[in-house]
Amino acid sequence: MSDKADKFVPSRRQFLAGAAAAGAGAAATGAAQAAGQADPLITEVQDWASGLGDGVDATPYGLPIRFEQDVVRRNVEWLTADTISSINFTPIHALDGTITPQGCAFERHHSGAIELAKEDYRLMINGLVDRPLVFSYADLERFPRENRVYFCECAANSGMEWAGAQLNGAQFTHGMIHNMEYSGVSLRSLLEEAGLAAAGDFKDKWVYVEGADASSNGRSIPLEKALDDVLVAFKANGEALRKEHGYPVRLVVPGWEGNMWIKWLRRIEVTDGPVESREETSKYTDTMEDGSARKWTWEMDAKSVITSPSPQAPITHGTGPLVITGLAWSGRGAITGVDVSKDGGKTWAEARLAAPGTDKALTRFYLDTDWDGSEMLLQARARDSSGYVQPTKTQLREVRGLNSIYHNNAIQTWWVKADGEAENVEVS
Amino acid sequence: TPLWADGLGLGRVALPEEIAAWDLDVSPDGTGLPPGSGDVWTGEEIFAEKCAVCHGDFAEGVGNWPKLAGGRGTLDREDPLKTVGSYWPYLSTGWDYINRSMPFGAAQTLEPDEVYAILAYILYSNDLVDEDFTLSQENFTSVSMPNAQGFFVDDRLTSEQYFWTTEPCMQDCKETVEITMRARVLDVTPEETAASEAGTASAA
Repeated sequence: MSDKADKFVPSRRQFLAGAAAAGAGAAATGAAQAAGQADPLITEVQDWASGLGDGVDATPYGLPIRFEQDVVRRNVEWLTADTISSINFTPIHALDGTITPQGCAFERHHSGAIELAKEDYRLMINGLVDRPLVFSYADLERFPRENRVYFCECAANSGMEWAGAQLNGAQFTHGMIHNMEYSGVSLRSLLEEAGLAAAGDFKDKWVYVEGADASSNGRSIPLEKALDDVLVAFKANGEALRKEHGYPVRLVVPGWEGNMWIKWLRRIEVTDGPVESREETSKYTDTMEDGSARKWTWEMDAKSVITSPSPQAPITHGTGPLVITGLAWSGRGAITGVDVSKDGGKTWAEARLAAPGTDKALTRFYLDTDWDGSEMLLQARARDSSGYVQPTKTQLREVRGLNSIYHNNAIQTWWVKADGEAENVEVS
Repeated sequence: TPLWADGLGLGRVALPEEIAAWDLDVSPDGTGLPPGSGDVWTGEEIFAEKCAVCHGDFAEGVGNWPKLAGGRGTLDREDPLKTVGSYWPYLSTGWDYINRSMPFGAAQTLEPDEVYAILAYILYSNDLVDEDFTLSQENFTSVSMPNAQGFFVDDRLTSEQYFWTTEPCMQDCKETVEITMRARVLDVTPEETAASEAGTASAA
């Protein structure tokens, strides 16, 4: 099995070379047909048009067809000390639309992906509430339910790019993100069940949320946000959460950094102040040039990236019609527009949004263009409903320096060369 | 409906011993600390046994594992070393995190006195206390952390205000464009491999 699999596992450069060759071949076939040679894929009866395919009992729960097996999560070994407290990346270069398939949606754990059965699941609400409560999983399913689509972006997405162009592919530079349709209950309804008279004035109150895993990943959230749009979710994209995404229950914190989307959620405590846990002091604080650091940088600012063409998705079809496409999102509202530049930011054209932007969710954009085969410096620039315009990396560095680690929402540049290959670069 | 309405009647009241088992967090003012104490030398022994394999004998870190000591005065440098001593604003976070999530792979196996002792040793490794220091619930909040004043609340709405006010340029935005950095020169991107169990399973 592994022998067979290996044949489908080209290295990136082999993959690129192979794709380029295939592209050239296709072009040649097209030319041959123009000269009158018939295409045997049409004129000869193929096996699949004569024999039988798989029965309906072959695949009770299916996986993508084998030809798509490069559309997978990838990790970067040198980023972390081990693979348990680590990150992997969504193959955004190969996806379209906005919904991320759960099976290749990125993972970020601090003590691994734990296995927690619904029967063993407990959610506690305690602290400044009228009645501290314990819920079973079955209890949660009896609360009024909501469905919402939101992006979850790791605070560290693009973090390796602060100092310069490092990783060669949209998957690696922008793939700590996924976008799912969540079904669950509002955190507000659970807090109401426990009663908030004991909390007094909500303005200066917080909730501390933590997971059932060893890392706990505890974070402090202002009560105002907790009562606004935070969800306690148990389904994503129609089915139960995947183990690695917090099965059976996770927190969904719209627009805010992924670290706060507590997985395997086990406890919500209403508190007088922030706990200032490890994940909001040592981590997820943003060091500025003078050595001071921002804390509580919760919102993920407007951001975009061209997913194709990109280093892992080169142009293989030659000149002519070209679809430039990508994703845009904002933690402060809806995407209102995306501009695309082909000359490194000298001139911009407004891209077409596949659908109107929605609040704190991924938006797909397209720029249908005609490629003349010359080099391009491709950029995308997102705008959101708060009036924010996605900045350049230079602009961000002027405020923050190079050591922020988190919240890099700078404009990305792909250098598309005459052979159709693309590279992650920075431009003046 | 008011937030203090009776609700749906779902769930049950949490018992005190259940809350005590899960509500372990410790706040900067010491709220949540259990009684107990531990000294530097006890901490050194425990650290050697349970922590040093990753964090080093002197909390200086092994390989890629986190360094817990050192780095004072490096926060404004090109490559800051952010440790408990150089960066962490509150000692409470150290107690809370060690108690709840360390050692890595065997979390929640330490007794309160052990946590006090380990933290006393980490303070000593950062030259913040003397070798005869004992950390306890009583003196906990008297320990001052060097970077306690090093943090400020997110100010993007003011310090980055011009990202909202700029009318984005569409034409003739700059004279020239030069490539200043290339990822391929650095060449640290993993080769693309698709050797996932999922992929091979469907191929088989």
